[in-house]
Amino acid sequence: MIRLLFALLALTLTVPATAQDMLPPAPYAYRQLPDSAQEAKAQALMETLRCLKCQSQSIADSDAPMAGDMRHQVRTRIAAGEEPEHIRQWLIERYGDYVSYTPQVKPITWPLFAAPLVFLALAALLLRGRFRRRAETPVEGSGE
Amino acid sequence: MIAEIGLAVLWMAAALAVLQLVAGVLALKPRGANLIDVVRPVAVMQGVLVLIAFACLVSLFLTTDLSVKLVAENSHSAKPFIFKLAGTWGNHEGSMLLWVTIMAVAGGIVALIEKRLREDTLIATLAGQAFVSLGFYAFLLLSSNPFERLPEPAPEGAGLNPLLQDVGLAFHPPTLYVGYVGLSIAFSFAIGALVTRDVGPAFARAMRPWVLGAWIFLTLGITAGSYWAYYTLGWGGWWFWDPVENASLMPWLAATALLHSASVLASRNALRAWTVMLGVIAFSMSMVGTFLVRSGILTSVHAFAVDPERGSFILALLAIYIGGALTLFGVRASTVTEGSRFSFVSREAALVFNNVMLCGILGIVLVGTLYPLLTEAMGVKVSVGPPYFNPVSAIFAIPMLLVLAVGPLLRWRQDRLNRITMPVAIAAVLAAAVLLGVEVLAPQIKVLPLLGLAVAVGVAYASFLPLRGRNLHRTPLPIWGMVIAHFGIAVALFGMASESAFSTERLAAMNPGDSQQVGPYTLTLKNIAPVAGPNWTALEATVAASYAGGEPAILHPQARTFSNPPGNRTESALKTRWNGQLYAVLGEEGEDGRWQMRFWWKPFVPLIWLGGLLVALGGLLALLGRVASDIRRLVATDKIAYRRQRQGR
Repeated sequence: MIRLLFALLALTLTVPATAQDMLPPAPYAYRQLPDSAQEAKAQALMETLRCLKCQSQSIADSDAPMAGDMRHQVRTRIAAGEEPEHIRQWLIERYGDYVSYTPQVKPITWPLFAAPLVFLALAALLLRGRFRRRAETPVEGSGE
Repeated sequence: MIAEIGLAVLWMAAALAVLQLVAGVLALKPRGANLIDVVRPVAVMQGVLVLIAFACLVSLFLTTDLSVKLVAENSHSAKPFIFKLAGTWGNHEGSMLLWVTIMAVAGGIVALIEKRLREDTLIATLAGQAFVSLGFYAFLLLSSNPFERLPEPAPEGAGLNPLLQDVGLAFHPPTLYVGYVGLSIAFSFAIGALVTRDVGPAFARAMRPWVLGAWIFLTLGITAGSYWAYYTLGWGGWWFWDPVENASLMPWLAATALLHSASVLASRNALRAWTVMLGVIAFSMSMVGTFLVRSGILTSVHAFAVDPERGSFILALLAIYIGGALTLFGVRASTVTEGSRFSFVSREAALVFNNVMLCGILGIVLVGTLYPLLTEAMGVKVSVGPPYFNPVSAIFAIPMLLVLAVGPLLRWRQDRLNRITMPVAIAAVLAAAVLLGVEVLAPQIKVLPLLGLAVAVGVAYASFLPLRGRNLHRTPLPIWGMVIAHFGIAVALFGMASESAFSTERLAAMNPGDSQQVGPYTLTLKNIAPVAGPNWTALEATVAASYAGGEPAILHPQARTFSNPPGNRTESALKTRWNGQLYAVLGEEGEDGRWQMRFWWKPFVPLIWLGGLLVALGGLLALLGRVASDIRRLVATDKIAYRRQRQGR
């Protein structure tokens, strides 16, 4: 016990609090879950979470220590039987919407989800306009 | 001295651009007709001068002249030759000079060789090109002078970002720039044709080679950029929907639509307004891309300039050009009739449908890229990533791919569907068989990759159907180009779907002598040893990779450490087979002395980039075919003119 305390003390003394990057990576940062179904679930979730320290990379694609810590979190929580969407919500509470590559449906993102509908409507209008005009003025010389 | 010459020549070129614009505008008036002969030589001279300025900057970088600020900040005397060269455009000022250089040289070439277009339309085009160039000259000379001297020469240069010290990347920016600038020529043609009310087949034929050329370079640039990201970032990802990637994808989407619509205009005299509109949109997307990358609005390896002044400058240029072009379009749109009519079942109709779908994808990418910037400005940071882009763009992409399979089989103007029922049914059956087969063999597969595989196989088969019943020796090159490009799309799609559905990953802490399994491969770590390169040192792993128990191949993944400037980069090792690629990465040493190794087996992943290359090859064949027939026609008209002259005597 005393040895452990000493070890902890040594750690806090030698490693400045800001140098989090110097700590060894958490166990599941670079290790897969033994159960392949769980690992697949974790992988799918990690691919949709943003690495907050990188430029446009998911935590599944990053060497950054913070991404490693987040991978560890995701894998341990998946192994404990937590649902992926629940983990996502937990991370969003901690880091904000920015962490999720899947935009959350909220008033601020409504335009984002409206965009495909608007474009589909525009496309339909454009095509309809073109082809209806065709129907009214049949192609000259058409034999049908 | 060289720096001063470069700057002086650049100012002279800018002055010639002013002359080109003024003379061009005056020449279009009845009283300025005598100015008409000035415009072409001025455009050529402007191109030559800018080329000299660019050569000056290249020579400053090659000799590492540290009294020049740009060289001192971005180069280093110990850098290998190729990266000294690439350093010329691996920074903000140099890349803008490259942009202006390509633009002016392209303008000079148009002035030299374009003979088909009505003379007044060509003059208006060159004036438009000068107008666009002027903005960039102002940008360069007023806010990003590449030739600025330091008061005291620096003792040593600061070096180039290690991520950028890669041969593939050295030629990635110039490739994309040629694409962007090619679209500026298309834009100028569109402006010229609008000004002189000359939107017709001749305008489309003059514009088409430039659009094709730009499109080929954009295709290559995107393909190379994606492969670069794949092997340097070290996690096996090949497309991240990063704003910078989107910045290159958007002009490509617009150029693809423009290319097809210009073809319809050139051969059928239809879709006039639509082609002009796409010409404006395509260049707008280039400008938006440049703005995103250059303004520093996104912080990444691409954004060298974290300087709001520059961002505002590009934004102002964007507003002037695009706003001006759209206003002109609005004023003149009523005078541009749509041209020849066609029926609902016709090749034109299929092309229109796909143009609209391409614009839909473009809209989605644009909104997904810009929306987070908008919310950030409002104080809320959100992320838009693959879970948004993949399914939403598929809404437009899948119908487009289905029509792509059918469209080329249809006749122009009017056709009957029952004429092509049989071949289309075979393609559909093939796709359905893949759909069912994969679903049975791999029931875990997600919807998008499954659809991707099925559609890819159907399109791959259908892409060859236009060759049916043709004499292959006499099939024109542009037809071959279309077939190969469409086949390339199917090949790339197959690679993407397969990568996303069937990749297997193995992360492991290994001691030398340990073995791991990934996919069909057995991997044994032999040893780890230090190695050194010209400006880096590295740890290098030796890994024996045995495919299905066969003779092992030796791989050498490295973890490199660069000194000037300091930085790290993983150098992944790849082993390519016909049916996929093994991807090996050396990570860090763990607490217990074991090494972090990462392995992926990615079935058919090289098809993604092979497909990209096929698409570019298809474009190249089409371009060669067009240029060859243009030359033949030029020679023929020259001969006729010569004979007439002799008979006249």
